[in-house]
Amino acid sequence: MANKHESMHIDPYEKTWIIVSILMLAVFFGAITVAGLSFGVRVPDPVARVNPTDLQASGTFAEPGLKEVAPKRYEAYIVAQTWSFNPREITVPAGSIVKFYVTSRDVQHGFKLQNTNVNMQIVPGQVSSLAVKFDEPGEYDFICTEYCGIAHATMYGKVIVVP
Amino acid sequence: MTANTYQLTAKEKRFIGWHFIFAIAALSIGSLFGPFQAMEHAGWNFYDKFLNPIFHSYYEGLTLHGVLNALIWTTFFITGFLTFTIIYGLKRPLRYPKLNALGFWMMVVGLLIAAVPILLNQASVLYTFYPPMKAHPAFYIGVTLVVVGSWIEGYGFYLTYYQWRKENPGVRTPLISFMSLITMVMWQVATLGAAAELLVDLIPWSLGLRAGLDPQLDRTYFWWTGHPLVYFWLLPAYMSWYAFLPRQAGGKLFSDSLARFSFWLFLLLSVPVGFHHQYVDPGVPEGWKMVHSLLTYSVFFPSMLTAFTVVASLENAGRNRGGKGLLGWITKLPWNDPSVLAQLLAGILFFFGGIGGLINASYNINLVVHNTAWVPGHFHLTVATGVTLTFMGILYWLVPYLTKKPLWCKKCAVIQVWLWFIGMTIFSNAMHVVGLLGAPRRTPLGAAPYIPEEWAGHLLRVGIGGFILLISVYLFVAVMIGSLVTKKKLSEEPEPPVAESLLDPQTTPRWLDRWVPWLVGVVILLVIAYGPQLVYQISTAQFTSPPITNIFGG
Ligand code: HEM
Ligand SMILES: [Cu+2]
Repeated sequence: MANKHESMHIDPYEKTWIIVSILMLAVFFGAITVAGLSFGVRVPDPVARVNPTDLQASGTFAEPGLKEVAPKRYEAYIVAQTWSFNPREITVPAGSIVKFYVTSRDVQHGFKLQNTNVNMQIVPGQVSSLAVKFDEPGEYDFICTEYCGIAHATMYGKVIVVP
Repeated sequence: MTANTYQLTAKEKRFIGWHFIFAIAALSIGSLFGPFQAMEHAGWNFYDKFLNPIFHSYYEGLTLHGVLNALIWTTFFITGFLTFTIIYGLKRPLRYPKLNALGFWMMVVGLLIAAVPILLNQASVLYTFYPPMKAHPAFYIGVTLVVVGSWIEGYGFYLTYYQWRKENPGVRTPLISFMSLITMVMWQVATLGAAAELLVDLIPWSLGLRAGLDPQLDRTYFWWTGHPLVYFWLLPAYMSWYAFLPRQAGGKLFSDSLARFSFWLFLLLSVPVGFHHQYVDPGVPEGWKMVHSLLTYSVFFPSMLTAFTVVASLENAGRNRGGKGLLGWITKLPWNDPSVLAQLLAGILFFFGGIGGLINASYNINLVVHNTAWVPGHFHLTVATGVTLTFMGILYWLVPYLTKKPLWCKKCAVIQVWLWFIGMTIFSNAMHVVGLLGAPRRTPLGAAPYIPEEWAGHLLRVGIGGFILLISVYLFVAVMIGSLVTKKKLSEEPEPPVAESLLDPQTTPRWLDRWVPWLVGVVILLVIAYGPQLVYQISTAQFTSPPITNIFGG
């Protein structure tokens, strides 16, 4: 082959574009890191394992429901199953902080609490957990957001926040 | 470089053509359900009234939609197209055509095996087939055969390249063949996750040989494959934008070396990012989600390189055609050529898909959109338009090349492309909005008891967009069938529009044409991004989920 001059030819406009792209990327990195670490908006992190076919033995999910751990501080243990949540409804006073613990006794489900930042994949064998503070009274649906069988569309529950 | 003079043999053309016949057949069935889903959202339910005795439920339809569109249309089109770009780029026949034929027919057999349980409503598990929901074993076996068949076609490409390299030492790999090889290598690294899931877990478990699975581990395996899957779709579309579209529009490729560089970066960055689909998974630690988030964002860089090069090449084309001023070149592009039009409009909608992707990837912002209608809204801009409309555009020149017949009803093709663009703009925008309002995906919303009043207007637009797309899909199928059966012949063989580069590719630096360092980089990145979590998730796995069936109704 002829000895041709090899080089990475970069057009001046292209060079500007590359620099701008790298700067934008740096800004994105910073923004994600800051948003991830400092505004208290958490994504789920591993909390516990359970045996989906024997939730009775798990202690906490043997009797699902709302537990008050301190004034206006609750833990909600919810079991997802085809095609309902147990319990379907919980009631807390406005201003409460509720930490949700959700697991499944059969297939995968979803748990999205409307108009909040709570959105979790519910995977059998795992416990999904996020917390939220309810400032405004009202009704908040939690809906199943993962396909779980033919009647998936009917699977939902409610948090009632009373004044 | 001299003009490409290699001519494909009739046999090679027929072999490639079979890929497209299966791809288009898959699309024509798979995309039937998309509009029905969209219209269901708008309150027009055709499932019970029309589809029922044949197609049993919304979810049987949605499984067909996901599998036939996202897995079959794409994989068959891509393996066919890459067969063309390997042969035509390297200007030599496949080294072992029988090997490639074996791979192809294995894909066909796999497709047929998987189709039976789906059509019997015994595999309504959607194209992600998350356990412990269990499909009939034939479904998993069929999917596995499709993947393995595509690997075998890939081995055929590698062996052909190896032979070409021996015959052509020191020559830069022709761009289209280079890009095809990267696409295939990426696919083979990517599908290791699904292969582990299917072979070690799902197939034995569905056959009763294993009692239980750990669904979290299977999600991790799945998304090892699931994200790069989208790059397997996308890279051939990028190849078309880089290496064909400039020529079709009347110009040259702006930068050969940056095109290659961006493909290497896509290879590096496609796979080690799967946890960004698992931000809300309970079994993956927050720290690793953050790592994958940052790696995901790195893909922004080669995407920006691609945007620059493609637009600069189009500008070159527009100016060659007499375009003046800052933006005047745009109007000079051949918008009336259906193939060019399809790719330009695909690129425009894909741009918006890319912006949405930045949002999806944003770690905790994903909480707002995860598993909502926003997500299908997003990927109908990317895979269902950026990719699919580009593939349609490619077929608009490639089918006449393969058959030596003119495109049947070019005007219909132009209308088809515009309808797709309009329908998808309406559909996708409405899906994004209603998703932000909280509407879940994978849900026949007409049957959901929790729908607030304010979603109604947007759901109506979902249905209207879907209806327009229904017309577009079958107009496309009609143009394809018409072009196949027409009696008209072209007087001479059309020349495939492979773009030349503004600079001789031989001046592209040699390090951009070496495999080993980049492949080592792929392995290192994978070990860093996935190694610790894979070891952890496998060593702490609890195989406690038995198969769950009898939940498909019908
Ligand atoms: C013809 C126009 C199309 C329309 C109107 C359409 C409509 C839809 C709708 C409404 C959904 C959401 C269903 C739900 O979440 O319940 C959906 C899902 C999906 N679509 Fe399409 N679609 C079309 C074409 C395509 C194409 C061409 C592809 C890919 C090449 C595609 C790939 C997918 C995938 C992968 C899903 C997700 C399936 C799942 O969640 O399991 N669609 N489509
Ligand atoms: Cu559910």
